Amino acid sequence: MTAVQDRAETPAAEAWPDAIFDILKQAGVRQVAYVPDGGHARLIRAVQAEPSMKAIALTTEEEGLALLTGASLGGDRGVLLMQSSGVGNCINMLSLVKLTRTPVLILVTMRGEYGEFNPWQVPMGSTTQAALELMDIQVLRAGTAAEVPEVVQAGANMAFAGGTATAVLLSQRLIGAKVFFK
Amino acid sequence: MSVFQFERRAAVARLLRDRGEAVVITGLGSATYDLAAAGDHDRNFYLWGAMGGAAMVGLGLALARPEVPVLVLTGDGEMLMGMGGFSTIALQAPRNLVVAVLDNGLYGETGGQPSHTGGSHGAARTDLLAVARACGIAEARHVADEADLDALAARLRDGGEGPCVALIPIDPAEAERVLPLRDAVLMRGRTRAALGLSPGV
Repeated sequence: MTAVQDRAETPAAEAWPDAIFDILKQAGVRQVAYVPDGGHARLIRAVQAEPSMKAIALTTEEEGLALLTGASLGGDRGVLLMQSSGVGNCINMLSLVKLTRTPVLILVTMRGEYGEFNPWQVPMGSTTQAALELMDIQVLRAGTAAEVPEVVQAGANMAFAGGTATAVLLSQRLIGAKVFFK
Repeated sequence: MSVFQFERRAAVARLLRDRGEAVVITGLGSATYDLAAAGDHDRNFYLWGAMGGAAMVGLGLALARPEVPVLVLTGDGEMLMGMGGFSTIALQAPRNLVVAVLDNGLYGETGGQPSHTGGSHGAARTDLLAVARACGIAEARHVADEADLDALAARLRDGGEGPCVALIPIDPAEAERVLPLRDAVLMRGRTRAALGLSPGV
């Protein structure tokens, strides 16, 4: 089932990806690059079902920044979806975004910050925001489902109207910590 | 193994002599200087850094503008750093994207250290065309002579069934550096304007 089809039955706490999808569609986003993440699964399904958007699977996150630089060179607006661990992979490629002043929007699902069972997620999760800011990416954060539409809209405005590369961190408390053991 | 090797500047100039509407993205280092030596153009987009990113910049542009021929011109070292991009390109399958790798088997910018494609590695060397094929890019061309180079130029102009990766063997001689524009905002703006877009945002 796609996110669009099952919207009616989805509790509000789990439907926040639908709000993101609506904002991206309204903003005219054409290329949505992603490294799969559980927190983005619903949004990725919605993008795959949308004819006006291309869902572009990457092998590693930094590919997405180069891809979106090229997309914007040709007039396509783009968004990059990833998990917090992927931000570390992006650092050098962010110089391309910074120097070309390409208006990208990066949506990061957070791991390693709230109730995380896997300690291997913590080193990057705890430094995600600082790493982005070191490379001059503006960082916004949504902590609850209710905040998501407003914060993602703000990020989209900064990126696509203002030309300011912006990341929105979607907190682990919002997404829910992965459960390995019951 | 002994194969014909092009002189890099002559190969690039010949490949681009009838470039038409093509946008050319270069990987950092010698490929950037080669394109500059062939002549500056509003549709030239030179990378001076972001190593490993050239092919993906080309993919994003090729998807955004399917009617525009897009050539990524890069070196073996730069392509080795972004090999995963072959897989990503294969899945998107743009018909207007050609990735041409100028392969001298070494890192010219840093003192000529052998790259993983270098012939001195024998059977252990990396074959970038085999990698591209294994990643799902059916059209992987070895450019063996000037006729092949001309055919590649025609392929760029006319498009194909899917993406194309071409390997152009070049001799290891260093050419004089020709240093083009480094202001990336200006480069982005002039290429966008040449494509009929507003230069900014």
